[in-house]
Amino acid sequence: MSLSHAFFAIIRRDLVLALRRRSEIANPLLFFILVITLFPLGIGAQPHLLQAIAPGIIWVSALLAAMLSLDSLFRSDFDDGSLEQILLSSHPASILVLGKIIAHWLVTGLPLLIVAPLLAIFLGMPTHSLGILLLTLLLGTPVLSLIGAIGVALTVGLRRGGMILSLLVLPLYVPVLIFASNAVEIAGTGLPVDAQINILISILLMALVLAPWPTAAALKMSIN
Amino acid sequence: MTAKPTFRLQGTDLSCIRDDRILFEGLSFELVSGQVLLLEGKNGSGKTSLLRILCGFREPDAGQVLWCGEAIDDSQYYADMAYVGHLDGVKKELTVLENLKVSLALGQSGQYSIQQALIKVHLTDYDEVLVQALSAGQKRRLSLARLLITKNSVWILDEPFTSLDKQGIALIETLMSEHCASGGMIVLTSHHDIELHDVAVQRINLS
Repeated sequence: MSLSHAFFAIIRRDLVLALRRRSEIANPLLFFILVITLFPLGIGAQPHLLQAIAPGIIWVSALLAAMLSLDSLFRSDFDDGSLEQILLSSHPASILVLGKIIAHWLVTGLPLLIVAPLLAIFLGMPTHSLGILLLTLLLGTPVLSLIGAIGVALTVGLRRGGMILSLLVLPLYVPVLIFASNAVEIAGTGLPVDAQINILISILLMALVLAPWPTAAALKMSIN
Repeated sequence: MTAKPTFRLQGTDLSCIRDDRILFEGLSFELVSGQVLLLEGKNGSGKTSLLRILCGFREPDAGQVLWCGEAIDDSQYYADMAYVGHLDGVKKELTVLENLKVSLALGQSGQYSIQQALIKVHLTDYDEVLVQALSAGQKRRLSLARLLITKNSVWILDEPFTSLDKQGIALIETLMSEHCASGGMIVLTSHHDIELHDVAVQRINLS
């Protein structure tokens, strides 16, 4: 079969799998919603403070939710031997791995985009910055999945790789966090945010092109 | 008679060291189409390690694996090889049919269609059944069905007879004989002594 056929077969397979074990979708989403709803309770009746830190809260929560969901990316395939079969395919492993990452984003990243506007209003964020918030999440969360995939691929063979994974991946998430939350914050004041958005686009494109190779290479090392 | 393509799988001077322990060294073999290589030896003697070297998962600590005279990484080897390991490599949340469709998408379509392969491994009425509802032996037969639906000439099998009953073993032996008769080759490990008709079996004892 052709490469594109294999690529879409992997995406379809992972989406069907996610539908059959729904907790995988629900977990990060629930975490995202819970963390954000807890902030107003913790801070108390200070709507202005909450409004000011809302972009940061939403983005930090999105980042942690993405981290929480990372382990499921290759874990079950590693455990049941499917990963060996994927890597043995005559198709380039990096493209197949990209398929898996895209499916993972559709399952764990996209739902965040859907609930984020609601949570933003809940935190008192001005409505005219909601569009920018969605745009930053749309550009930023795939980067989290792509960069995270390298980290998971390196640690999937370790029995307790969770801690190392966070240490590996979090520093690489920082640029996305800075530019994305800054864009949302500036958008709230009504100033243009083209620069931040352009940087996020370039980070996304770079991650899309560069991340699958090391991920595939690291997976090959991990199954050894 | 049409001429069958002949392939050659060679290992030259292979060695494998694990945790400062030499599992094997200076191991050489040559396998051509229609032959079976049976690896024997006690537990921990390096049978699986050798298979994983032949799969390209592991680099040999010395020596080289050649496919038709070329190093396996530079050749068409991966398009010609299929591996069934200790792990079945099937997803338990997917149905039998869905699993085979994914395997087919990852390779090139081979000798049999999915339905024909299911008949061959006696899983005909199971195509819509989730794999988690299958028994261990049925899962094994499903993972072996993967060999039939994709195009390949080398089968690398790690203990293919595990959890199979007598009929299952006989079935796999028949499939193996057919595969060799049609110009394929097989490398396998087994505790079970294999009975193949009209097939040249080479044996390597690793202990």
